[in-house]
Amino acid sequence: MAPNTASDMLAKFKDPALCRNLLDRIRAELPGPLAFMEVCGTHTVAIFQSGLRSLLPDEIRHLSGPGCPVCVTHEGEVAAFLELARKDGVIIATFGDLMRVPGPKGTSLKQAQAEGCRIEIVYSAFDALALARKHPESRIVFLGVGFETTAPTVAATIKVAKEQGLDNFLVFAMHKLVPPALAALLQDPEVNLDALILPGHVSTIIGVEPYRFLAEQHGVPSIVTGFEPLDILQALLLIIDQRKTGRPQVVNQYSRAVADDGNPKAREVMFEVFKVSDALWRGLGRIPNSGLALAGEYQRFDALTALDVQVHDLPPLPGCRCGDVLKGKMQPNHCPLFNKSCTPATPVGPCMVSTEGSCAAYYKYAL
Amino acid sequence: MCLAVPMEVKSINTELNVADVEISGVKRQVRLDIIDYPASVGDYVIVHAGFALRRLDREDALETLKLFQEGLNLQVL
Repeated sequence: MAPNTASDMLAKFKDPALCRNLLDRIRAELPGPLAFMEVCGTHTVAIFQSGLRSLLPDEIRHLSGPGCPVCVTHEGEVAAFLELARKDGVIIATFGDLMRVPGPKGTSLKQAQAEGCRIEIVYSAFDALALARKHPESRIVFLGVGFETTAPTVAATIKVAKEQGLDNFLVFAMHKLVPPALAALLQDPEVNLDALILPGHVSTIIGVEPYRFLAEQHGVPSIVTGFEPLDILQALLLIIDQRKTGRPQVVNQYSRAVADDGNPKAREVMFEVFKVSDALWRGLGRIPNSGLALAGEYQRFDALTALDVQVHDLPPLPGCRCGDVLKGKMQPNHCPLFNKSCTPATPVGPCMVSTEGSCAAYYKYAL
Repeated sequence: MCLAVPMEVKSINTELNVADVEISGVKRQVRLDIIDYPASVGDYVIVHAGFALRRLDREDALETLKLFQEGLNLQVL
């Protein structure tokens, strides 16, 4: 009998009996050691939270890549938004995760707030527009972090701000693009990966085409997948299949949410407001064409220009190995600071701050 | 912050371009500016940072489940 409601249907993707069977097949068919990386904070959390990580055979190694938007925010960007927060007449509007990310001198937005800076946590970029309406005497700076999933929501918000003449609304665009970061990772000789699990919701927007090079140029099996245990297990089986046949491919396992050509409407809004630019990534450095900057008539919404703040290429915090963790070169518990000076209560680096960070997930679920 | 979740559409206000959505008792209002395919009441949409991104394809989800069933010779649906 078919499930009656969409909710019943979604529940089927967690079915324990099916999961056990898929796990048995993975064990039976695994041809040898396999290191796979996911590059999405939601996958990181799903793999730990569902218990999948501990159920996988020892020969399968799970790495969390640069897929947590807070974690990849560069030290120079953190310094710049802390500087913006200290400007007169500015109210910072931010997603909550950025509050505790330490800046170069160990300060964070949370501390800046305690010192009197005006900082508001918002759930959506759109909520920041309400702040702009409520405080016409101030300038609202929205901190735009996130990948291709989030950037269109910020672009749509900027378009509404323009339509409504809310000129006191500004954005610090730190958005980053996933495919150029994957290219940079695979070009790093120290990064050893057998396969990639591609981010489901980023793919909702960009589709499958931008990932083709992963299989064609780098020979890495890559699966766009959903976030339920069955999705992730099926992705691993697809990877094992490709290893056995020796034909790496990019496969869309998540077709219930990802059309092969993504969401053209969201991309249209995104590229009306933003243009592709270089970006600084924590741990990965400057990657050409991997970021988004405000374009054309929307440049007047750029917070850095309006408030005369620059982003500098600052060095990492002393001792912090978040960069190596993001590249899969180091497991969180091998960092000398892990569970010593760096814990979720006293984070040194962003991988321990964000709930989607691999260090925080490791601390919560694997200790 | 990146968590995107499927939520059920409870009502739609085309004038304001918003929908009321719900999952497990959690209610939100989401913008419809960037959804590629119009959703109807009762559909599930993927919600991220206050915006609906895409309607979930029920037929496709059932097809995926059917593949699991056939591949594993199990009664799923």
